Amino acid sequence: MSTVIDVEHLNFSFGSGALTQPVLKDITLSIRKGEIVLITGPSGSGKTTFLTIIGGLRQAFHGSVKVLDQQFINSSEQVKVSVRQQIGYIFQQHNLLKSLTALQNVSMTLEMSNGLTEQQRRDRSAEALIAVGLGDRLDYKPGQLSGGQLQRVSIARALVGQPKIILADEPTASLDKQSGYEAVSLLKRLAKESQTAILLVTHDYRILDIADRVVELEDGVIKSA
Amino acid sequence: MNKLTWFYFPARLAWRQLIFDRSKLAAAICGVLFACVLVFMQLGFKDSLYASAASAPVKLSGDLFLMHKQSEAMWRPIQFKRSELMRVLGNPAVAEAYPLYLGLAPFKNIKTQVKRTLMVYGFDPDSMIFNVGEVKNKREELRLKDTVLFDEYSRPEFGPMRQLLEADRNVTEINDYKVNVMGLFRMGVSFAADGNVITSDLNFMRIFPRRNHGDIDMGVIKLHHGASAKQVKAELKSELNEFINIFTYEELLKYEKDYWANTAPIGFIFGFGTVMGWVVGLVIVYQILFTDIANHRNEFATLKAMGYEHGYFVRLVFASAFFLAVLGFIPGYVLSLGLYHLAESQMYMPMPMLWSKMITVFLFILSMCVMAGLLAIRKLKDANPADMF
Repeated sequence: MSTVIDVEHLNFSFGSGALTQPVLKDITLSIRKGEIVLITGPSGSGKTTFLTIIGGLRQAFHGSVKVLDQQFINSSEQVKVSVRQQIGYIFQQHNLLKSLTALQNVSMTLEMSNGLTEQQRRDRSAEALIAVGLGDRLDYKPGQLSGGQLQRVSIARALVGQPKIILADEPTASLDKQSGYEAVSLLKRLAKESQTAILLVTHDYRILDIADRVVELEDGVIKSA
Repeated sequence: MNKLTWFYFPARLAWRQLIFDRSKLAAAICGVLFACVLVFMQLGFKDSLYASAASAPVKLSGDLFLMHKQSEAMWRPIQFKRSELMRVLGNPAVAEAYPLYLGLAPFKNIKTQVKRTLMVYGFDPDSMIFNVGEVKNKREELRLKDTVLFDEYSRPEFGPMRQLLEADRNVTEINDYKVNVMGLFRMGVSFAADGNVITSDLNFMRIFPRRNHGDIDMGVIKLHHGASAKQVKAELKSELNEFINIFTYEELLKYEKDYWANTAPIGFIFGFGTVMGWVVGLVIVYQILFTDIANHRNEFATLKAMGYEHGYFVRLVFASAFFLAVLGFIPGYVLSLGLYHLAESQMYMPMPMLWSKMITVFLFILSMCVMAGLLAIRKLKDANPADMF
């Protein structure tokens, strides 16, 4: 399987009847295993909506959206949940659980899947945190970490489950230039090691150079691919 | 997920979230504790009421008891003819039949001279109708003129009788009639009477000059060994006048309890208090769970995006509710235990902490928390992962 995301003629609109507001128009895009694709575009271009459809968080009805060989158009919640468990998510806000340590937060990803012992989960989570350079912060809670460190914890959380795809929404938006760039470079290095595809929405032009491909979206239409 | 982790993981996360914010946890525990103590006290008072209502009949020793049908309860009896009681002697199964005279009268505190109403029991000192050791031992003294025995468990407002007796100050007045207190016994107060005095039937007539031997308040019947109380009761029922109620020992206890539970509105009052405690606790726990979900909305939405299902969060909320129930119940139980003890020592009310009561209250508190959880899980719908981007 070389294609992990395959979108064909995707149309999506908000509202109904006279108020219908088309957001995505006839989008066709495919992403191969291990590829890093950035989606840029002005606000309101539909890039975040596109990401939520790929992530199985929003139901689309027209066209074809195949993620990891599962059709998302008119699919059941169950299908989407099972695919979501194989996707890593990174949000604009880190959204870590405040009451859990970095290690416990990363372990949350592994608690969904069977077959691991508590010790194995701890070991793998610790490895993931060491990989993002937080080996000495395992037992820190989010309140004790800086913005850049928090985003690195969420990168570890997204990667620890060895997903085939990572979806990231403006991961650098709440970071300064230095830590933002460090975070995405780290993401790129780790993703390349594990052949994980990344679909990253941003309007931070400082990080465009990490991409294999940049897709520009404007008014729901792909301008350049 | 296997069965263990199915509940263990959300419960563990619930626990970690609870202990993370200690001050909020303390507030939540206080809420449950409050409800717990309220319910414990209401149930305690109710049970104590029933127990004390039956404290006098419990101390009576007999197989069958006669009361006038119009008597609502022992503390407000309607008199009937002694001859009516004597008719039961015609039944071959009946061994003895004794009258019991009951009356409420003011008793003068020897120390302060303040008068307060208590219950006076008059009985034939030759009979053994009181199952109280001190009464049996003092039968000789009771035969004397103007002698009474005083219930040591009476409320303290009647005076420190034990010290007074030791100081030989034993003369007081009941119903403005001078009597000598010859000794103490132990029976216990009820909602009807704050204290008890036992005297002989003859002395009873002296204390209550308007009463006479022929009109009795209760009849206590002892049967021959081996006779069936139920069967004799049925026989007597057809022989006696229809205005007489015949009770077995258990029926008398039940009759007294039912009076306080149903005829008097007290049972309802305590029942209502219990329900109010439940509702107040429900609202507090609901508020805690609700704001907790609202505060963790983004975090939950993130977990949902990662693939956690709705059921996980439902289990999380119920686990939180369960922990709050347990954490609030434990101090609530301990505090109630202290209050029960206080009530027993200060108010002279029997308030035993029974296992059954403990379990009842715990289930009550648990149901309260589960209900709060049921109401709060609607809030989970707000955690929509699509809004996270």
